[in-house]
Amino acid sequence: MKKWLSGWGNYPVIESKEDSFVFTDQLVPLIEDELPFIPRGNGRSYGDSSLGKRTISTLKYDKILSFDTVNGVFECQPGITLSQVLEVIVPQGWFLPVTPGTKLITIGGAVGSNVHGKNHRKEGSFSKYIIDMDVRLASNTVVTCTAGENADLFEATCGGMGLTGVVTRVKFRLKKIDTSYMKQKQIKAENLDVLLLLFEKYQDFSYTVAWIDCLKKGEQFGRSILTVGEHASLNELNDEQKKDPFQLPAKKMLNFPFNLPSWVLNTFTVRAFNFLYYTKNFKKEIDSVVLYDSFFYPLDAINNWNRMYGKNGFVQYQFVLPPEAKQGLVEILNRISDKGMGSFLTVLKALGKQESMISFCREGYTLALDFPLRSGVLEFLDELDEIVLKYGGRLYITKDARMKPGMLANYPELGKFKSIVKKYNPDGKIRSAQSDRLLLTDTK
Amino acid sequence: METVLILGATSDIGIAIAKKFAAGGYNIQLAARTPAQLEPLKSDIEIRYRVNCGLYAFDALQYNTHAAFFAGLKPDVTITIFGTMYEEEDAFNDWALAERMINTNYTGAVSILNIAAKHYIGQQKGSIIGISSVAGDRGRASKLIYGSSKAAFTAYLAGLRNKCFKDNVHVMTVKPGFVYTRMTENMPLPKPLTSTPEEVADIVYSGFTKKKNTIYVKWFWRYIMLIIKNIPEFQFKKMKL
Repeated sequence: MKKWLSGWGNYPVIESKEDSFVFTDQLVPLIEDELPFIPRGNGRSYGDSSLGKRTISTLKYDKILSFDTVNGVFECQPGITLSQVLEVIVPQGWFLPVTPGTKLITIGGAVGSNVHGKNHRKEGSFSKYIIDMDVRLASNTVVTCTAGENADLFEATCGGMGLTGVVTRVKFRLKKIDTSYMKQKQIKAENLDVLLLLFEKYQDFSYTVAWIDCLKKGEQFGRSILTVGEHASLNELNDEQKKDPFQLPAKKMLNFPFNLPSWVLNTFTVRAFNFLYYTKNFKKEIDSVVLYDSFFYPLDAINNWNRMYGKNGFVQYQFVLPPEAKQGLVEILNRISDKGMGSFLTVLKALGKQESMISFCREGYTLALDFPLRSGVLEFLDELDEIVLKYGGRLYITKDARMKPGMLANYPELGKFKSIVKKYNPDGKIRSAQSDRLLLTDTK
Repeated sequence: METVLILGATSDIGIAIAKKFAAGGYNIQLAARTPAQLEPLKSDIEIRYRVNCGLYAFDALQYNTHAAFFAGLKPDVTITIFGTMYEEEDAFNDWALAERMINTNYTGAVSILNIAAKHYIGQQKGSIIGISSVAGDRGRASKLIYGSSKAAFTAYLAGLRNKCFKDNVHVMTVKPGFVYTRMTENMPLPKPLTSTPEEVADIVYSGFTKKKNTIYVKWFWRYIMLIIKNIPEFQFKKMKL
């Protein structure tokens, strides 16, 4: 059916025909159809990664195929969300090996974006845990691939934004847990230098992430709160928590009921929010034991939180800079603060070494910022692009809605990726608005 | 643990109802013409809900197989979801299509439910849930054959409810309005009047636990159909519906 579709950022909005399938034999004619398509999961990439003239929704192709509760191996179709996977695996003492900051993405999306989480430095991206997977190509043949077998397809599918084919089955390894709780420590850092030192000091923790106040200048430039954590062991729970160590978080959800008028978020309100957020942690360090939801997925508690940015939507700008490019980070934060364009959900993470061909992650620091769409924003982001490029950094394609093809210059294996996409998707049958814009499916 | 038989398990509504009952702790029997394609659903139900799930071949039009089919399963609850809908203009012009629609939606359903009802009367216990349609509430041009086959099925379920009441057998009629399914994904449907398969399943399950007689999905369809049923025929016959 023709609908108006968008990603999580509500920008851009594109008219698209959307098809779905429940059984494998229903997918065959959808791929045969002449109209080019892009596979789409839960639509949680921010920009136009899963948008095109036609989308094939995997949401009804969401069955669990096997779950080895002894060895922690999970096999499923691509349309299942991480949230549904967690409901099944957590009570059995297992967790996702890697999870992004929302559990409302699908497994297919986790592969297509090769997602990373707060544990990237120590544990890598999602693809590292894939045992094998099936990809249905534009020719309608199904190819099973692993890191060793049909390795080119495997590498170009992990982080390949769905351009190699429709992932129809994924088998991956899980992580053993003793409880569904997280033991977390929050440490306040009065400025960016202190924060970066803290990142080093706490590098042995599995999970690290920092919230950063991008509007503060002077002494307190880059003040932030670093959160580090580990899965809690049984003896770290209090008596109440011990009663049900694998408790699942409650499903209660707040809903953001309407699009907030765009004038509500301005420098003043963001400053006020940042002040409250920073000062709510009265003590310098706070230790606590919390359910996994509030540690990993705080924003999922508010349904439709993207409406906060108004009906014009927003773009999320996530870049990574090499570890030695701290000056780049300072430059970018200064620009944002000068422009007063700061977003209040600014997240800084340390990433480990790159382990796959086209994926975003490489060693260094990554910052993710939200910018509501308003006049001047796109031009401003073009300016930031130049700084990112200059310092050898790059942008996360999954968050992107607007960059120019030249911004992919710091993806060292881009040429190889394009040629593999061309091999498996020779006529550009599988393409998105984004792949057209970034010339990833250029058949000429 | 009690067992639920889902007849027509490949439909979106069938899948949603199977999952809903599995979540309620029922063992599930999935029946369809081509059960092999239900293997992923079987593993999904067994892993998610930790109940047993079996797959069985069932063809509504093979009436002579129904008795043996049912005898091998003996579920506590029997739910019929299967049905066929062709373009009414095609069916009007091609008797084979019209006949197939009538035989699937009515004759086949009566055949299997007679067998289930006899079993339940015999044991003085059991439940039958029939998914009919609001299209059966009043005959109209745009649903000529489909609507009349569902009207007949609705009347059958009402009669069966009356017949089995004294034998402690619960018979529930379900009348969905518009539902978002693969079948309807390329039709423009009015959003406020349309349910998801999951909403249908939720309402069926709660109606079942409350032993309702006839339920509409969603509830306001009862009043929409009440109005439609009360339009005088001399007026109704001139309308385009």
